[in-house]
Amino acid sequence: MEKLEEQKKTEKKSKILLEVKNLKKYFPIKAGVFKRTVGWVKAVDGVSFYIRKGETLGLVGESGCGKTTTGQTILRLIEPTSGTVHYGGVDLLSLSKRKMNKYRSKLQIIFQDPYSSLDPRMRVKDIIAEGLKSAHIGGSRKNRYDIVKKYMDRVGLSPLYMNRFPHEFSGGQRQRIGIARALVLNPELIVCDEAVSALDVSIQAQILNLLDDLQKDFNLTYLFIAHDLNVVKHISDRIVVMYLGKIVEIANKHELFINPLHPYTKALLSANPIPDPTVKRKDRIILRGDVPSPANPPSGCRFHPRCWMAKPICSQEDPPLIEVQPDHYVACHFWKEMAEQN
Amino acid sequence: MEKFIKIAKKLIRNPTSFAGLIIVLLYVGIAIFAPIIAKPPYPDTPYEMPQMGWSSIPKPPSWQDPFGTTQGQYDIYYGIIWGTRTAFKIGIVVIGLSLIIGLTVGTISAYFGGWVDEILMRITDIFLAFPFLVGVIVVVTVLGPGLSHVMLALIIFYWMGYARLIRGSVLEIKENEYVMAGRALGTPGYRIISRHILPNAIFPIIIQVSMDMATIPLTAAALSFLGLGAPVGYASWGQLVAFSRNWIVSSSGNPLSYWYTITFPSVAIVLYAMGWNLLGDSLRDILDPRMLIGM
Repeated sequence: MEKLEEQKKTEKKSKILLEVKNLKKYFPIKAGVFKRTVGWVKAVDGVSFYIRKGETLGLVGESGCGKTTTGQTILRLIEPTSGTVHYGGVDLLSLSKRKMNKYRSKLQIIFQDPYSSLDPRMRVKDIIAEGLKSAHIGGSRKNRYDIVKKYMDRVGLSPLYMNRFPHEFSGGQRQRIGIARALVLNPELIVCDEAVSALDVSIQAQILNLLDDLQKDFNLTYLFIAHDLNVVKHISDRIVVMYLGKIVEIANKHELFINPLHPYTKALLSANPIPDPTVKRKDRIILRGDVPSPANPPSGCRFHPRCWMAKPICSQEDPPLIEVQPDHYVACHFWKEMAEQN
Repeated sequence: MEKFIKIAKKLIRNPTSFAGLIIVLLYVGIAIFAPIIAKPPYPDTPYEMPQMGWSSIPKPPSWQDPFGTTQGQYDIYYGIIWGTRTAFKIGIVVIGLSLIIGLTVGTISAYFGGWVDEILMRITDIFLAFPFLVGVIVVVTVLGPGLSHVMLALIIFYWMGYARLIRGSVLEIKENEYVMAGRALGTPGYRIISRHILPNAIFPIIIQVSMDMATIPLTAAALSFLGLGAPVGYASWGQLVAFSRNWIVSSSGNPLSYWYTITFPSVAIVLYAMGWNLLGDSLRDILDPRMLIGM
């Protein structure tokens, strides 16, 4: 019996592709002639989660809550303040820059802005081939361009366009170039950093479907960062909700939408527009005040100044992220009351 | 490449920039074909202006000397033609080397930031603290006159402008997501700088270079005028103007009888500076970032 349980445990563990533990990124605030550090912006403050192989993990939260910083810190595009990111048994954050480069091809990123993420002076073929060249894959230049053609075709761009410059393409096409650039290295995990936020709704759907197809074909794992709940609901398996640099809730997407156990999640869900003008919603929760500054976050639970359920304990004790049901984590003192309300 | 063709088209369409381009190309032609236009009497020392006699009084233009001769019977025509080569030599060497130093310092400073930036920029500030001409004169005085010393002195006090310009430009470019994308792809730092950052940061520099192609030879001519430049008899516009100093107004008879000694070298200098300035001005308009959108 015990053996079986242990086997299950290891099986569960082996499925985990990437595990982030207690990740922190503080940006210094400098002032004065001597650039003394007078404070810290706690953009990401102790974030822990894991991504299973083959799944799509959605990461949502309002702007400025540290979603993008989390994504970029995992790939070490920004150096973290502390924490660990385990990938295949290796802590990426403790690697030297040179050793980290070996993992670069396995972990890729698609950026939000299809305009500033492509070098305006490079041809499409060189943009897509850049990773191949850096990783010394593909041998000769001609061979590399053949690979580029194949991937351009796969993301829905005609290989005839390979000699063009980025400004000759539309936003959606540019995002396809960005996807091909990430895909060409044959990665295991792709961080989609608001990959569709800058696009029109109709183009968003095309790109989301493309990402879906690619996931199946290439056995990809996504960390999908977004602020649009409908998009995240469509593409994700599980969803992480962040508020002011901390995770407030992690759950399976259906569970999260039906049974949100954190007041912030509930408020966020109630703010999600329903694409039907005849529906009158009554359950809209309107939060008081603004998001506090991450340079000076509130004591205790960071959400307590805006929370309608706040009690004195909330301003004193920071609630830990606990697993209240299998695969449902929440950081709130009153999750039981929330569960009853639902 | 396609962009350069577009820029070239715009240059030709606008009359002022076209004039600038023509003047500059004219000088380039003169510099290239100098040995044909003004055949050096002693091919081993082509930069030595030939002397047409031993009289100290200038001689007016004649068939033999189209622009006349200046003090010491130096041939003005020959001096202007070969002085063009001197001007280009000074411009290219001084600006080229200043650019290399400036590009290196500015790029490293901006790309790495932090204390590297702090140290390099403070060094730049120290050099900027010297008044330009005074600094150059001091260095030339210490090293002794001569064209190479003048060029060295000019480089020592001229690279800072490029360093600052490039630093500002790189600081802006490196914030673009394609630089971060390069790092995510594992592209090494040197290639990120050479492939992504410099090609995008270089445009303000091109404008500055074209303006400086006018300024630097003018400064060298000014030093030459002060007797700090090339040795006596070396073909340079500054020296020709220096020779004419005593003949601008004649002491006897017609006050303007020696007009040719000052007019021809001055026209050469003014046209040269004007050509580069017109070209630089129009390049600045054409390369204005707001007009570059969609190019």
